[in-house]
Amino acid sequence: MKVLVPVKRVIDYNVKVRVKADGSGVDLANVKMSMNPFDEIAVEEAIRLKEAGKADEIIAVSIGVKQSQETLRTALAMGADRAILVVAADDVHTDIEPLAVAKILAAIIKEEEPGLVLCGKQAIDNDLGATGQMLSALLGWSQAMYANKVDIDGDHAVVTREVDGGLQTVKVKMPTIISTDLRLNEPRYASLPNIMKAKKKPLDEKTAADYGVDVTPRLEIVKTSEPEERAAGIKVGSVDELVEKLKEAGAV
Amino acid sequence: MNFGLSDEQEMIVSTVRDFVEREIYPHEAEVERTGEVPMEVAQEIKRKVIDLGFYACSFPEEVGGAGLSHLDFALVERELGRGSMALTHFFGRPQNILMACEGDQKERYLLPAVRGDRMDALAMTEPEAGSDVRGMACTAVRDGGDWVLNGTKHFISGADHADFFIVFVATGVDDTPKGPKKRITCFLVDRGHPGFTVRDGYRSVSHRGYKNCILEFYACRLPDAQVLGAVDGGFEVMNTWLYATRITVATMSVGRARRVFDHALSYAAERKQFGQQIGKFQGVSFQIADMITEIDAADWLTLSAAWRLDQGLPANREIASAKLYASEMLARVTDATLQIHGGMGLMDDYPIERFWRDARVERIWDGTSEIQRHIISRDLLRPLGA
Repeated sequence: MKVLVPVKRVIDYNVKVRVKADGSGVDLANVKMSMNPFDEIAVEEAIRLKEAGKADEIIAVSIGVKQSQETLRTALAMGADRAILVVAADDVHTDIEPLAVAKILAAIIKEEEPGLVLCGKQAIDNDLGATGQMLSALLGWSQAMYANKVDIDGDHAVVTREVDGGLQTVKVKMPTIISTDLRLNEPRYASLPNIMKAKKKPLDEKTAADYGVDVTPRLEIVKTSEPEERAAGIKVGSVDELVEKLKEAGAV
Repeated sequence: MNFGLSDEQEMIVSTVRDFVEREIYPHEAEVERTGEVPMEVAQEIKRKVIDLGFYACSFPEEVGGAGLSHLDFALVERELGRGSMALTHFFGRPQNILMACEGDQKERYLLPAVRGDRMDALAMTEPEAGSDVRGMACTAVRDGGDWVLNGTKHFISGADHADFFIVFVATGVDDTPKGPKKRITCFLVDRGHPGFTVRDGYRSVSHRGYKNCILEFYACRLPDAQVLGAVDGGFEVMNTWLYATRITVATMSVGRARRVFDHALSYAAERKQFGQQIGKFQGVSFQIADMITEIDAADWLTLSAAWRLDQGLPANREIASAKLYASEMLARVTDATLQIHGGMGLMDDYPIERFWRDARVERIWDGTSEIQRHIISRDLLRPLGA
């Protein structure tokens, strides 16, 4: 079985983000970029499936600017077998929207015919969390989102999902789309031999036009702003005062 | 000219940095407090590094290493420099002088060291012989077909965890026009060998938990099979193999300086006094500017020296310059960072005082700043007859 893993190049989770002066988005010039952490979990899960003999090939796909190649090399260094880069933007500030991403992925899936798509539950840059679901609708495949545990068993998969009330276990028919939640696994470090091998693994470069997909944004970003700064707290002198203040605040 | 790293090098850097941040940093406070690395922590680090293929990665692939270039390895060591030396010791960087092993020495020392089965330590320094290597008083004399070693070594880093030692001793004296000159031979000595004792060393202000030990040889009998290189060929193996390793202090100083700088930068941006962030005061902001300029300068100086080694170009002076500048830069960066933190910088609740203490030894070991200046100036003046 082939496993397809879409990976997105996003601002590194350690970077303190800064909103651009014109409010059009976050400043990404000269900022450290990394693989979306949820996608890293998806790559790890795919590698574990391969190690368990349930998958034989892992294809990593990234859609965005040319620099997404670095993200794909990381996936290859972790253990993916080959990669497809779909260049769909020139400016690092252009975010390809979920529907366009899903359409391109659907086109790739028609060519590659994977038995499973493992994707991150959302990208940490825009937090939209929609690609997997849209892809499922476009393909007419089953979906199991927010996976906390994945068990592939022949023609179906048993997936434990993280839902608001706790955990929910579903059984879905293969081929399927599974999105990964934070607790599914802990991604491995790229080993030195794999880092050295990554360059030799095939990386196909395509464009959005190759798949006939229009990536023009359909959403308009009205404004991006910093979260409000938390107001400083106050010091209380006694327990009585504390209780009084809590009552004032309606907390007790 | 291209100052960029390759994709592989970028990944090496990010992998080692992630590893240091996730596997080394969490243990630092305890090592600092107790002065010990718990055995299970050491074993865990070692096991993970072996699994990742980074153990002994500078060794050629033929002997089980990863065959990294000098530049690649400098990048690895630069990132390791961020972490506590007591802990990064278990990242596994055996002395490359082990490549001088011949015959069954390879099976007994080189290969197990590269695999991580046996750890090594290098023993050169003596109480009366630091920079003046030829002044060493440890001797080996012929007795029958064997050698008998006597004397004391000290400041032997990593000796507490070493399974065997690479020991330099005097094996005779030559009369030269410039006066008597000692001949040096290098020996491989196993821990526990009769006549050989490893004792606790001194407590150092720098790098707690990365211990130095005292080695004592008393009528320690060794066969010829324990000689590394040729008899009386100690200087040759030293010059062939230890020459390139002097760059280590430079690379690790640069990595540590970057970590320390991040503390200075974020504190300058957060700490408020007189109604504004202290980074807005020129007295602080100019220190930030000077620090990053010096760190970048040291970084490039070091990487270019490593590049020269890869190109087979002479690098003696360049390595000395890198070691000199990077270690002195680290001293200034840690001191300025402490100053920016004010009184809190001195408290052991924060790691700043530790970085400041740790920085002090970098100007001393592996050739003091003065020795480096000597090497640099001799390299330039000797050809002119001065």
